[in-house]
Amino acid sequence: MAQRTIEIIVGLFVLAGMGAMMFLALQVSGLSLAAAGSTYTVYADFTDTGGLGPRGRVSMAGVQVGSIESIELDRDTFKARVTLSINSDVNNIPADSAAMIRTSGLLGEQYIDISIGGDLESLQPGDNFYTTQSAMNIERLISNFASGR
Amino acid sequence: MMDAIARLGKNTLDFLASFGRASQFLLGVLVGVPKPSVGLPLLLKQIYSVGVLSLVIVVVSGLFIGMVLGLQGYTILSDFGSESAIGQMIALTLVRELGPVVTALLFAGRAGSALTAEIGLMKATEQLSSMEMMGVDPLRRVIAPRLWAGFLSMPILALVFSMVGILGGMLVGVEWLGVFEGSFWGNMQASVDFRDDVLNGVIKSVVFGFVCAWIAVYQGYDCVPTSAGISSATTKTVVYSSLAVLGLDFILTAVMFGNF
Repeated sequence: MAQRTIEIIVGLFVLAGMGAMMFLALQVSGLSLAAAGSTYTVYADFTDTGGLGPRGRVSMAGVQVGSIESIELDRDTFKARVTLSINSDVNNIPADSAAMIRTSGLLGEQYIDISIGGDLESLQPGDNFYTTQSAMNIERLISNFASGR
Repeated sequence: MMDAIARLGKNTLDFLASFGRASQFLLGVLVGVPKPSVGLPLLLKQIYSVGVLSLVIVVVSGLFIGMVLGLQGYTILSDFGSESAIGQMIALTLVRELGPVVTALLFAGRAGSALTAEIGLMKATEQLSSMEMMGVDPLRRVIAPRLWAGFLSMPILALVFSMVGILGGMLVGVEWLGVFEGSFWGNMQASVDFRDDVLNGVIKSVVFGFVCAWIAVYQGYDCVPTSAGISSATTKTVVYSSLAVLGLDFILTAVMFGNF
């Protein structure tokens, strides 16, 4: 076969590999080409984060508005301090909104849902959520129910 | 009894010697890269015969493996009413494990055996020694392009395999069994991470490609130059490559996804 034909075919082969890489990056792992927009940080303290993890979803009314940056234990209060990064264009979250940990579906992953408050002031970068609701723990629910509390 | 011990010792020494020769050989090939003007056409030709010609078998197997995963996953997951998690199951299995491993096994069978037989026959018909007589280093001229071709083709083949497998799984899951397409891709994108899953899969396939190509060219180069020797070298290539790939896969998985 002519050298040029081989070169063209090998070029196509390498392109196919790059195409597959792009497909796996964009469509399968959901990497977006647009640089992550600017975000601001707010905090929420939970008594129990359940199976929440970094990179988890933060949503309002089911729409993703940010992600979980990190989770660490506060040594003084023994609560979990979750750092949330919220997209800057959602800068009018009422200051008395509540952050609650929800589960998508029965066995799905856990995420933070922000339920809207009625305050006229909005959360500023670095603020804390005043009210939080921890992860629903089925075992604890059942034991509470069984002990009649 | 003494004979058995003596044989054991001899086999061990033989194995060590052959491992030593293989390492020396690898070093020789990696150091002796030919000049780009000579080497590049040779390399392209080998990428064609090692990589491009393996594409068909990789695409077909990828498609069917993806379809089987879709079907099996659906049967299991629908018991829990969570068949929308099928996308994430297919993608994670393919990208992390099946893509690199099955491609490497197919690669050893399709391309590795051909490399061994080709180089073995060159040795048996004394083409390699006549090259040496002419002052051409067969390691540079014959072996190096083949090793690099296998090394470079394997990740591309594995990526194509994963992509085709996921599309095959979508074909069964979404088109045939009626899983909602949005949740198919959505669950997949929520759980597959580019760096942790996709790139680790690529790293695996690079390692496998290197090992498969090394074993194939070494077995060809080191074979007994008779027809029986070539046939046993070809068998050894496939057996050793498969074992090496599966063993290395365990180690790499433990390092990458083991969480310890």
